Amino acid sequence: MNTKTFIKKYTMVIALVVVFIFFSMWTEGRLLYPQNLSNLLIQNAYVLVLACGMLMCILTGGNIDLSVGSTVCLVGAVAAQMLTKHNMDPLIVICLCLVFACLIGMWQGFWIGYIHIPPFICTLAGMFLFRGFGRAILDSKTIAIPQTEGSVGKRFLDIFASYIEVPGVDTDKVKWSAFILGIIIAAALVVITVLNRIKKAKKGYKQASALSQFAKVIVIDFLVLAYTWKIAHYKGIPVMAIWVLAVVLIYAFITSKTAFGRYFYAVGGNEKATKLSGIDTKKVYFLAYTSMSLLAGLSGLLVAARVGSVNGDTGNSFEMDAIGSCFIGGASAYGGSGTVGGVVVGAILLGVINQGMSIKGLDNNWQYVVKGAVLLIAVIFDVVSNKKTGKAG
Amino acid sequence: MAEYILEMKNITKEFPGVKALDNVNLQVRPGEIHALVGENGAGKSTLMNVLSGTYPFGSYTGDIVYNGEVCQFKTLHDSEEKGIVIIHQELALIPELSIGENMFLGNERKGRFGIDWDKTYYEAGEHMKQVGLKEEATTLIKDIGTGKQQLVEIAKALSKNVKLLILDEPTSSLNEEDSRMLLDLLLSFKKDGMTSIIISHKLNEIAYVADKITVLRDGSTIETIDNEGHNIDEARIIRGMVGRELSDRYPSREHNVSDKVGMEVKNWSVHHPIYNEKKVVDNVSFNVHRGEIVGFSGLQGAGRTELAMSIFGRSYGTNISGELRIDGKDKSLRNVRDAIEAGLAYVTEDRKGNGLILEQSIAQNTTMARLEKVCSKGIVDINKENAVAEDYKEKLRTKTPSVQQAVGNLSGGNQQKVLLAKWMFADPEVLILDEPTRGIDVGAKYEIYCIMNDLVAQGKSVIMISSEMPELLGMCDRIYVMNEGRMVAEMPASEATQEKIMSAILQSDKK
Repeated sequence: MNTKTFIKKYTMVIALVVVFIFFSMWTEGRLLYPQNLSNLLIQNAYVLVLACGMLMCILTGGNIDLSVGSTVCLVGAVAAQMLTKHNMDPLIVICLCLVFACLIGMWQGFWIGYIHIPPFICTLAGMFLFRGFGRAILDSKTIAIPQTEGSVGKRFLDIFASYIEVPGVDTDKVKWSAFILGIIIAAALVVITVLNRIKKAKKGYKQASALSQFAKVIVIDFLVLAYTWKIAHYKGIPVMAIWVLAVVLIYAFITSKTAFGRYFYAVGGNEKATKLSGIDTKKVYFLAYTSMSLLAGLSGLLVAARVGSVNGDTGNSFEMDAIGSCFIGGASAYGGSGTVGGVVVGAILLGVINQGMSIKGLDNNWQYVVKGAVLLIAVIFDVVSNKKTGKAG
Repeated sequence: MAEYILEMKNITKEFPGVKALDNVNLQVRPGEIHALVGENGAGKSTLMNVLSGTYPFGSYTGDIVYNGEVCQFKTLHDSEEKGIVIIHQELALIPELSIGENMFLGNERKGRFGIDWDKTYYEAGEHMKQVGLKEEATTLIKDIGTGKQQLVEIAKALSKNVKLLILDEPTSSLNEEDSRMLLDLLLSFKKDGMTSIIISHKLNEIAYVADKITVLRDGSTIETIDNEGHNIDEARIIRGMVGRELSDRYPSREHNVSDKVGMEVKNWSVHHPIYNEKKVVDNVSFNVHRGEIVGFSGLQGAGRTELAMSIFGRSYGTNISGELRIDGKDKSLRNVRDAIEAGLAYVTEDRKGNGLILEQSIAQNTTMARLEKVCSKGIVDINKENAVAEDYKEKLRTKTPSVQQAVGNLSGGNQQKVLLAKWMFADPEVLILDEPTRGIDVGAKYEIYCIMNDLVAQGKSVIMISSEMPELLGMCDRIYVMNEGRMVAEMPASEATQEKIMSAILQSDKK
């Protein structure tokens, strides 16, 4: 791999590194404080979760879902009411809320996939509808989730917004469990890579070069260890990180390994050809939007737990963060290409910019300007570089 | 005045891999109606696109001399300024706009503030009178029939001060009466001194209006026939269009047609998906034996693609009726998946539009129709997929550095091979190939033919839809001829000639 293709392949990763170093220096290292690093993840958890779902929609042909912010609000409102008014068990609340989110998605997926309502319009309608329902359920008030010990509200918060603490291992100063988890993940990555190579070698398949593969693993391992080392010195592993990690891994697996995931790329690449290959394209649209709303529902729960309350403006413009992350992360605006890994990088890039600017105390307004500029540059880069290589677009 | 109003000298135009025009010459006298005839792909439309500037100066070689001066048209606009106007086969009118608006689109009648609508509609009305169109200029295009839309196109040309009118298949979508009206209109323009060039497949119409007939074949001018008396024999034109020697452009094969019928279709009818009352395929019956290559001949729009797609899991049309048997068993295929599982494969005509995913790799495209064959429990075994793709790459001799290459980076011939690989991997018993060699060079064509021969040697059935008659004659065991949705002839390839096929089509037109 020469320098040019390397830069092209890892543009956004390089951009992330540059931005990260820049903000670390600009904030005189404050960005690197354990607390800030921990918050970076927690505050952007919803973006990561939503962006995974949004990627599936975008893959089908650059289609977006504008309603996710409103769905976050609606599901959060439902959860908050169940917890406060009806005192329901948090596990039941979570299950019901996710089923409800799924139904919202099926509603939208049905119109988009089977009746061919343009996604932009259908989800714009959803954006109004669900925001309205959400506010109606909240009765235009802010509903706080009760935090008293032993209440259902507290148990709900524990499921999403607490930190993992292993008695005996963790001390007040250092949560060793976090670092141990980091070591386990790092070791697992090495083992998986080695096993994969052995399997390939046995069957005589082509291998990627050992150097590049192991270099990649080493870099990722280093980052995992460094990050877990840092958060070990704060409150340890946030439970929210586990939720996010699970969603990201599941979606990464679906998009890269399964036949089902392949269909999303196929529909976005060439819908007619996909149809004529015997793939049910309507179902693909249907499931893209169903999964999107399911994740929006999950985000609603995450956000409700992190903030501790829900109001009519909860989730406002979340869809834009998710869409932005996808495009910054290299998803094609015409569909058919994009990876979960890229989207994660895009989301973190946005998160770092946000966090860095907040630490520096910069006005909220300027954060919008920077976000907008980054998004535009990323997409211009995508379109221009694709033109040069002669791809469709 | 110069002897010729238009002279095109030694025009050569190449597309990647194909020479569309090879030293073509065309001479048109002022005030005549000049017909351009030839098979599909002979280069008629390409020649007219060169003339009109659609293919700009520099993308071809040769000279265009118009009214005694050498012209270098870079855009459509340049040629229109000189009075050369082309009316394409597919009408370029915007249905939601009125006749008047369409007529002056891009050429608006400007007043002091914006568009002068009174002037627009007044002038539109004048031009409509010239073509005998009795409609209000404010009527929307979508509210008038195709025949009248064609007249609007001509009126639009008149509004541009046309000196040389080019009509590409003007009557292909018109009925008998409208066609005759249009042709008479051309004759009346001729009396006023206008020159026209008309491209048409309908030889009776050409005999009726044309003064000179230039025959193109395989991108070369064959001859220019005089038709001053308007009494030319149609067979004379056909001979010019198809008269070529068949050399060994087709690999030989043993004709081992089995008695077993691979697929049989009876009384198949398909209606247009939007205009439900229009029958696109009308009561068609045919069969293909195992080990047999059956050809479908016909002009563009004869309903062959629609027939194939409607059989292939109802991918086209509504109100599909008829019987379908595969290996003697009745089948009802509700969707493409059913069709694939029943052992059918349809290799699409338009490989870029609806055959391949250009930005995906060869490997991904190869397995697309039967992805489950390289999956276990829904998880794609990438290694197995690559192995399959490598296998087909070797078998079909696809030229590519790696099966990870995006299909869009391949040449047309190699793309076609990937498309074939995709459907061979689906392991069908009956393969329908729709224009399998369109737009690819002679060498790649030969290789595609070899693959077809291999398939029938394995006892599979192949249906080949092609507009190139020599290819059908060279490859098939049996040839069906379709025209306007109906099956008009069936003949063994050994008895078929291009003249026979052409006259079968033309005779059915007359009925």
